[in-house]
Amino acid sequence: MKKRRERIDRGIKARSEDVYALSSWREMLYLAGPRLLPAAAFLLLPLFLGVYWQKVMISVAVFALLAISWNMLAQTGMISLGQALFFGMGAYVSGILNFYLGIPPWLTIPAATVLGGTLCTLILMPVLRLRGIYFSMVTLIIPLMLVRIIEATKIFGGTEGLSGMTPLPSGLTEVYLVTGVFLGVLFGLRRLMETDYGLVLKGIRDNDRSVTNAGIDIFWFKTQALFIASTIGAFAGAFMTHVYMFVGMPVFALDYSILPIAAAVVGGSGTLAGAALGAVMLVPLSEALRGIGGLRIVMYGLFLVVFIVAIPEGLFDYIQRKYHQMERWVEIDQ
Amino acid sequence: MFAGTLIFALINSFILILLAIGFNLTFGISGVANFAYGALYIMSAYMSWTLLNLLHLPFWASAAISIVFTMIAGAVMYRFVLLRVRGQALSEVIATFGIGLSILELFRYMGLVGFEYTLPVFWNESFMIAGVYVDIQRIAVVVIGLMLVVGLWLFTHFTSTGLAFRGIAQDERTALTFGIDSDRMATLSVSFGAGLAAIAATIIIPLGSIAPNEGYDVLIKALAICIIGGLGSTGGVIVAGFIIGFAERFTDTYIGSHWTMIVSLAAILLVLAIKPSGLFGHQKELEERI
Repeated sequence: MKKRRERIDRGIKARSEDVYALSSWREMLYLAGPRLLPAAAFLLLPLFLGVYWQKVMISVAVFALLAISWNMLAQTGMISLGQALFFGMGAYVSGILNFYLGIPPWLTIPAATVLGGTLCTLILMPVLRLRGIYFSMVTLIIPLMLVRIIEATKIFGGTEGLSGMTPLPSGLTEVYLVTGVFLGVLFGLRRLMETDYGLVLKGIRDNDRSVTNAGIDIFWFKTQALFIASTIGAFAGAFMTHVYMFVGMPVFALDYSILPIAAAVVGGSGTLAGAALGAVMLVPLSEALRGIGGLRIVMYGLFLVVFIVAIPEGLFDYIQRKYHQMERWVEIDQ
Repeated sequence: MFAGTLIFALINSFILILLAIGFNLTFGISGVANFAYGALYIMSAYMSWTLLNLLHLPFWASAAISIVFTMIAGAVMYRFVLLRVRGQALSEVIATFGIGLSILELFRYMGLVGFEYTLPVFWNESFMIAGVYVDIQRIAVVVIGLMLVVGLWLFTHFTSTGLAFRGIAQDERTALTFGIDSDRMATLSVSFGAGLAAIAATIIIPLGSIAPNEGYDVLIKALAICIIGGLGSTGGVIVAGFIIGFAERFTDTYIGSHWTMIVSLAAILLVLAIKPSGLFGHQKELEERI
């Protein structure tokens, strides 16, 4: 009995790409497994985890959202060095709504998501035409400047910040709200980037002039991509305001800009799932290493350097390739 | 009041020019935006401090050693990290930013903050000009700043290395056909930029103290000056240094010290939004925006 090795994915790919004609549960599992497994893990884990690790999961989901938002921009050709702008804007808007107007969280979070996203889009719209490193530098500078403005004018609590926000009803609500949004955003945006709309966005990254040449207003498309990305970031910020019950200058801190980039670079900057994977790896790692304090940021810096130099396509790409290359033994017909 | 502000604005301008000139040199020649610049500045300062206070070397020796060491660090950084991601602006930025972050946060972790972490002044004296006391160190900043600017101009116009620098800055491929090794030149440019950061640290740190946060401020200031003047343009650095230097001092005196940083950040944003190549930058319209 002679045997040879056969790639599993070939037949499945051929049959599933255009017409869905999968013939067995195994094939469906092969396709759906990698998508369902993490989703199921995210939905079931909070039930078994203690309060501390639930908080870690919240962190994971928040940073994953920021990383996805970074990646969304990166896939449209805009490299942001200041995700903290989106996060902070959402955080401050929901904080202000809750603190001064007393609006409950179930209203402030959606309102801050949309309002924060709109504000960020309006702030960045004048510089949307900038390309490459020039856009990055603007995004790096704006959060720094907002911090100094808050410090100088002492608005919204100044250096003290605002505290005493209404908390969310329970720990589990917090976890499920943020993981639900995270999974929805991840799979929704993955779907979006596969459509013609996503193709235009990716085209802008690859060659903006030829997209313009095709009669497409890239400025408008970039605005939309920016709005989507900043809305996601603003949600993360608005949510965290109610978890911490505090909003202040730290929401514009460098952490919220660096960690998402680190996550996206480690996980793979070409894919949205890669960014999420990066956050899933880095955040618990940094929790586990809480003991070493400031050295964690040193570690992120080194991670960035090593991954950008040695594995520029990221871990997700590597894992995906290996998954597709899985083989099985089949008998040869004599 | 006014005369004093004017004098300190002049000195502040030279401080900014000194801070920015190394970043500008590296970017102008090799196109590498060295985001580890502030970290190199702080690193050389800590190194001088260590040599001076723990090994008890004389000041000039520890300064010289740390400048040379920073230059080597810059060259090593280019050889082992930047060379592999050369030409991909984003990767260069992320890699250098990662290095800078690691260095600065390491120093922060080691807790080397406080007034005792400073370098000695050259001469501890001061005298009166137009009714204000100015110490000699600040005069030295102006003099050395002028010397460096003139020296760099002479270097890039009359030495073969300097001419090769300008060659690869203008057109790397054409420079290659003339036998200029662009990788070697780019290594040297990063190294020289780091060296200039170290020189700036040696002169400017005695006016304050060494702190990891200073590294980020130095990077932002260098970026501000270079963006406003036009990345890679030496004349632009000088003009932008004066603009920001005077603007900062005058806002500090007449509006409030909280606003000084906001003024320079707002200036960057304005210049980036209106003319990304800066006041004196070479116009490369389609590469900057669309």
